Amino acid sequence: MKFVAVTSCPTGIAHTYMAAEALEQAARDAGHEIQVETQGAGGLQEIPQATIDAADAVIFAADVEVRGRDRFAGKPTVTAPVKKAINGAAGLVAEAVEAAQSGTVSAPAAPGGGSRGLATKVDHDAGVGTRVRQWLMTGVSYMIPFVAAGGILIAFGFMLARFAGGSDGAIEVTKIPIADLIKHFDATSGMQWAALLFQVGVAAFGFLVPALAGFIAFAIADRPGIAPGFVGGALAGTVGAGFLGGIVAGFLGGFVALWVSRWRVPKAVSSIMPVVLIPLVATLITGGLMIVVLGRPLSWVTDKLTAGLDNMSGGSMIVLGVVLGLMMAFDMGGPVNKVAYTFATTGLTAAAIASHGTQLTVMAAVMAAGMTPPLGLALATVLRKDLFSEPERENGKAAWLLGASFITEGAIPFAAADPLRVIPSIMVGSGVTGGLVAAFGSELAAPHGGIWVTPLINGIPGYLLAIVVGTVVTSGLVVMAKSVRRTEILDAVDAPTGGVHAGHTVAA
Amino acid sequence: MNDDLTTAPRLIDATLVDLDLDASASDKDAAIRRLVTLAHDAGRVTDVEQMLADVRAREAQMPTGLEGGIGIPHARSSAVRVPTLVFGRSTAGIDFGAEDGPARIVFLIAAPDDGEGEHLTVLAALARRLVHESFREALINAGDPKDVVELIKDEVENR
Repeated sequence: MKFVAVTSCPTGIAHTYMAAEALEQAARDAGHEIQVETQGAGGLQEIPQATIDAADAVIFAADVEVRGRDRFAGKPTVTAPVKKAINGAAGLVAEAVEAAQSGTVSAPAAPGGGSRGLATKVDHDAGVGTRVRQWLMTGVSYMIPFVAAGGILIAFGFMLARFAGGSDGAIEVTKIPIADLIKHFDATSGMQWAALLFQVGVAAFGFLVPALAGFIAFAIADRPGIAPGFVGGALAGTVGAGFLGGIVAGFLGGFVALWVSRWRVPKAVSSIMPVVLIPLVATLITGGLMIVVLGRPLSWVTDKLTAGLDNMSGGSMIVLGVVLGLMMAFDMGGPVNKVAYTFATTGLTAAAIASHGTQLTVMAAVMAAGMTPPLGLALATVLRKDLFSEPERENGKAAWLLGASFITEGAIPFAAADPLRVIPSIMVGSGVTGGLVAAFGSELAAPHGGIWVTPLINGIPGYLLAIVVGTVVTSGLVVMAKSVRRTEILDAVDAPTGGVHAGHTVAA
Repeated sequence: MNDDLTTAPRLIDATLVDLDLDASASDKDAAIRRLVTLAHDAGRVTDVEQMLADVRAREAQMPTGLEGGIGIPHARSSAVRVPTLVFGRSTAGIDFGAEDGPARIVFLIAAPDDGEGEHLTVLAALARRLVHESFREALINAGDPKDVVELIKDEVENR
């Protein structure tokens, strides 16, 4: 067979070339042809595109991003750390033979270089924990553009509305329907522009959970996973399961697709397997399960939580504030969050506003608690860069604006990538903020808008202080929890397996 | 022998070979320090501490021990004047983090950090030779520093 390979390492003077030599030797010994591109410090000699096109499979033995990955798009691909090529070149060549025979095609390169191989198939030898993390990270990395684009558009919409529409602008802007913009968009009206930004942002947010689920399934099952994953993710939204439901949908879609793809089918059917049969069957099963199995328990939980909050509203305001804070951060847009948010907004009746009822304090607590998760995580990415992957650090920059605008979803990429460490941390931070706002007795009569509705708040200093404290608590806890993980990251990189190298792409 | 470091120096000479690393080092850190000091004494590395810091930073990313008893601590550093190889041999073995045990031969590979392309190709050639069992065996069995220098000259620089 004919192979092409790329080797690269952080320093670019040793491993890159050792790996190249080892691969050339192993391929020759096994009777194959190979051409290796050494992306090291000794100058780059690109493999001619014709050679790549003629190759049966591609081997990436790379610890830093492969330059020009898109040149290899659509080829059966084997990915491994550079050390594996040095110590186990023969094994890699054998894997490449297998990939060529089974036609395992990697994903086309993601634009912008496809963060360190997230786009490629996950290594089969990796431990379960590592692979789960790789699947989650793949979903997260494709979700982030939607979070960033949608969140920033919505935030800009609020911001513009604040200036064009006065202190109520951030509330009014959400009431302008798309139909209005279609019929008579007025380019001279600031509010119309604000509504346009807001609506496009909302549309982008609609893809947040489907993209997460779709690309988790893609990481698990390759292309056949995409349709069941996306559809399952969209249905997670429909049944109100939020991003945690999206993660469930992603895993479900991926494994169902994987299972169906292993069916033994008659030859006549096998040609339509990948394009028609797998997506059809896997999508039906995944989507059906999301509606039938997940839908009912979720609505039951929602009812119980709502009833619980109603019971609590007679008791201590501070306890209620803490509980609402915890709920806001738990699933960020999922059922628990929605119950807390709905509880707060339904209290915003004309009577309550006129009489300065406690409902206004509940609203203030909920909004403040919904701001601290993205803010705290953004702070954490600044304080301890090394604990976060490159896409997470990028997302951290947008998270400042999203958090400030009460777009809690800005924290989802972090939470989806590492739920067990991130979710408890942001819950505590939001609980603290919710409790503090209730203790200070700040009041707010706006259902959204973040800092853009600050003028509408009674008791601004206490409100802002509560947010700052919650932000600091959140980032402190995240950093602590992630520090425990640190050893795990190194393990994942050291292990002689391929796949994602989170946090390992520093120097080139 | 070309002693003028500004014109195409050898990658290694006899002063950059230590066949008894055990006499001065029992662990990775001490071994690296010993090899960096040799390069400094030969005028090839300007600042021992800077070079140590750069090598350690690279080690921290991922240990450079390789199967077959090799350690290749390396760095591109502003403290390096010319591409340099320092060779150390240990009978007891020094742990460089390889999975199959300690390293018996250690190469410190030092490259200037401003260089690109041409003058680093000789280091690339060396790295490629290191993969070959026969080359490693010959180095382990070398009788004196001159043999090591000759071996590298034959296998890498004159090819």
